[in-house]
Amino acid sequence: MSTPAGMPASYLEYGKRRYGMDHERYAWSQLHTRPKVVWPAERSGAEGARVALWVIPALEWFPLDMKGKPFKPPGAMVTSYPDLRHYTLRDYGNRVGIFRIMRALEARGIKASVATNAAVAVRYPALIKACVDKGWEILANGLDMDHLHYEGLPLEEEQRLVTTTLDILRRASGQKVRGWLSPAKSESFATPDLVAASGCDYLCDWVNDDMPYAFNTASGPVTAMPHPCDIDDYQILINNHHTEDDFRDALCDQFDVLYRESATQGGRVMAISLHPWITGQPYRIAALEQALDHILSRKGVWAATGAQIVDAWKAQQPA
Amino acid sequence: MARDPNLYDYLPNDGSRPKITWPNGARVAFWVAPNIEFYELDPPKNPSRGAWARPAPDVLNYSYRDYGNRTGFQRMMEAMDHCGVRGSVSLNVAMCEHHPEIIKACAERGWEFYSHGTYNTRYLFNMTEAQERAVIQDSIDTIKKHTGQKLDGWLAPALTYTDNTLDLVADMGLTYVCDLFHDDQPSPVKVKKGRLASIPYSLEMNDVIVYNINLVSPRRYAEILKRQFDRLYEEGAESGTVMCIPLHPYLVGWPYRIKAFEEALDYICGHDKVWLATGREIAKHFLDNHYDAFAKAAHPVAEAPL
Repeated sequence: MSTPAGMPASYLEYGKRRYGMDHERYAWSQLHTRPKVVWPAERSGAEGARVALWVIPALEWFPLDMKGKPFKPPGAMVTSYPDLRHYTLRDYGNRVGIFRIMRALEARGIKASVATNAAVAVRYPALIKACVDKGWEILANGLDMDHLHYEGLPLEEEQRLVTTTLDILRRASGQKVRGWLSPAKSESFATPDLVAASGCDYLCDWVNDDMPYAFNTASGPVTAMPHPCDIDDYQILINNHHTEDDFRDALCDQFDVLYRESATQGGRVMAISLHPWITGQPYRIAALEQALDHILSRKGVWAATGAQIVDAWKAQQPA
Repeated sequence: MARDPNLYDYLPNDGSRPKITWPNGARVAFWVAPNIEFYELDPPKNPSRGAWARPAPDVLNYSYRDYGNRTGFQRMMEAMDHCGVRGSVSLNVAMCEHHPEIIKACAERGWEFYSHGTYNTRYLFNMTEAQERAVIQDSIDTIKKHTGQKLDGWLAPALTYTDNTLDLVADMGLTYVCDLFHDDQPSPVKVKKGRLASIPYSLEMNDVIVYNINLVSPRRYAEILKRQFDRLYEEGAESGTVMCIPLHPYLVGWPYRIKAFEEALDYICGHDKVWLATGREIAKHFLDNHYDAFAKAAHPVAEAPL
């Protein structure tokens, strides 16, 4: 036998090998064991709803001179500078694609939570006004897609990003802005503490659940919301190269299983994360419309914003 | 470093192999191997492999895997219950401490536990023999303590190895490994001490490869599973074959994927000449009945010139 040099003894020590998680952010629990949740009735006179439908389009700005530090986020510039083709295609979402999504949602009585880079609010105030006028919730999505939160960023710089982002979005929308999604779902160890201290009470970065759950921060517990990446349009259409019909089928299949489960296990959240530069293309928008029609054809679907879902969920948690 | 892993001789599947017969005249030994894993948020570094794509804390990739334990596992298990399929759990043994509820649910169903290392974020690369023995012993002891089972099988954590790995697992009393992908039938593994069988696991049927490398859709995955089974079932009329579905609850357990898996599993289990087995059962049957004939029939491999 050959003998490798060996690993330090500490590599075989397991300081956090214990019941539950290897960190303190949340308690370990399996979804099917939790108390059942009932959502508000979809309309007056109806029974409580089984599935909360949460639609989350993203309004993103990818600067032309992206640094990509510490990594390039999904959707980043690709070619050497100046990468006009990717810059402008992303911007297509903010000029054209988002309005197709907006019409599709409005026609079906759905109010979205729009994950917004603060830079979009500065650059395109008309777009933020359109969202707010539709009754959409503004969900903070960081400053822009080239300001990632990561360990190694000086704490004061990350604090500045959080403060600046929330100041801009709160001023532009007139809303409290309670939800936070980090650009590319990238966090430092401190990110949840900083955003909670700045008045956000729900977080969308962790993708480990199909329901809200309590998430610990230095400012007390906030709510982690099941904002997905695995089933979003970027993953299925851009990363996996599937067709728009596959995306529709995935959304329908996702819903069908959540709906089936909700009959015995209580309420579920059906979250649809969208990028207007992807789903907002003319040939793709029907896939979203068809999936929404399938979902809304079932009784007991409550179309809600993130903040509404958080409030309904929290009201049913044991003290 | 060696040019050949020197773990098996050449035994062509040309119709002349010793015939494999499975219990009750089954054509296919079918087993499902869920990888029940724990990934650490901030593990120590191994110079040969980083744990995460992004700098720590990689909350996206960490939570993506944590999804399997919190939500996906239950869906996967219910789909298997529906068909009466017992799992052979490829277990990061620290799961016994972190999430004993999952271990208990598997044990209650008579599932087998075999080792997939301690954590999926601790790799065997660069370990000394003593260190690797300590990892294997930890698996033997932890599985015994929490489930009462003797450890028989091995799939190296995150498929990381040293030149010693398979010799050591055989030396320490394990009977089979899932690390080799050279065949559709079990085969003897050449180890220094003990008798060790390679049991076909499959990268092609593995949901990580299917979903995250080959990027297929859930409905297509169901089609792949059915086609694979159909051919192995057909060929199994001549000599017994093995089909494995290796799973990861964080992938197969997504709502939009579970229906396709349920459908494929129903299809496979709807055939009568299928042995719904565990890894340990397949290994024992092969070791007791076919290992010697396979070892004898294989051709030694000569050293290719430099």
